[in-house]
Amino acid sequence: MKARIHVTLKNGVLDPQGKAIEHALSNMGFGGVDEARQGKYIELDLTETDKEKARASVDEMCRKLIANTVIENYSIELE
Amino acid sequence: MKSAVIVFPGSNCDRDMAVALEKITGNKPQMVWHQEYDFDKVDFIALPGGFSYGDYLRCGAMSARSHVMKEVVKRANDGVPTFGVCNGFQILTETGVLPGALMRNANLHFVCKDVKMTVENSDSIFTNGYENGAEITIPVAHHDGNYFADNETLDRLEGEGQVAFKYAEDINGAQRKIAGVLNERGNVLGMMPHPERMIEPALGGSDGRVMFESVLNSLG
Repeated sequence: MKARIHVTLKNGVLDPQGKAIEHALSNMGFGGVDEARQGKYIELDLTETDKEKARASVDEMCRKLIANTVIENYSIELE
Repeated sequence: MKSAVIVFPGSNCDRDMAVALEKITGNKPQMVWHQEYDFDKVDFIALPGGFSYGDYLRCGAMSARSHVMKEVVKRANDGVPTFGVCNGFQILTETGVLPGALMRNANLHFVCKDVKMTVENSDSIFTNGYENGAEITIPVAHHDGNYFADNETLDRLEGEGQVAFKYAEDINGAQRKIAGVLNERGNVLGMMPHPERMIEPALGGSDGRVMFESVLNSLG
């Protein structure tokens, strides 16, 4: 089973790299971008076949390492 | 005073820290590799600056989960004076021993210069050699020193005297210009500036020396 994890900065946490992307896009002439936020995407190949167990385990991985919940949110998709 | 310096792959201020500790305490610190599970009983643990594990995932994230840090966290929570500088500060926040997180500098610049900062709490084992409110000069060299915590946490830190140092001027976007933070018990300090690089006039000043002397005097 594959786990696809998105880690994003919480609302209200300043994202200077996202801001730099936003400015670069605007400098390149791309209009219509109000805001850019940068995050991380992590893919895990799991041996677990039970979806519920996999979710619980990946959730723990996110809380303990993959995301820093002081500043970041995460979402998990299993497939 | 017996001390230990924890060394991670990618630490690069471990030798500066060792020199400062040896000069000021008279004893060579024990250098402890990150894969150790245990080390000698010491009076002081230092987590040096650097780019441990290449800052993979987040600064300090990998180091915070290393074998040796389980022991460091245990000892820090038991009251052993523990001091994290720069990457060491990032590691201490990643373990949860210190509150908050250190993010990319708001201006995206790597800031490398001497900065002025104020002593916000001179009533700790690390800072009792300074006058309260004193302005001191200590160098910084970091890309990720932008201290973040939610407002409720920041109010609590300020109210409880857990903010040890603030920058005199904003250099990296840190909330409330916070440069250094103590844990609730006051035995753990994390800070972005490098006092170990300011321990004698030949290095440009001695403002950092006072911190090591404070610890030395506090421990008797």
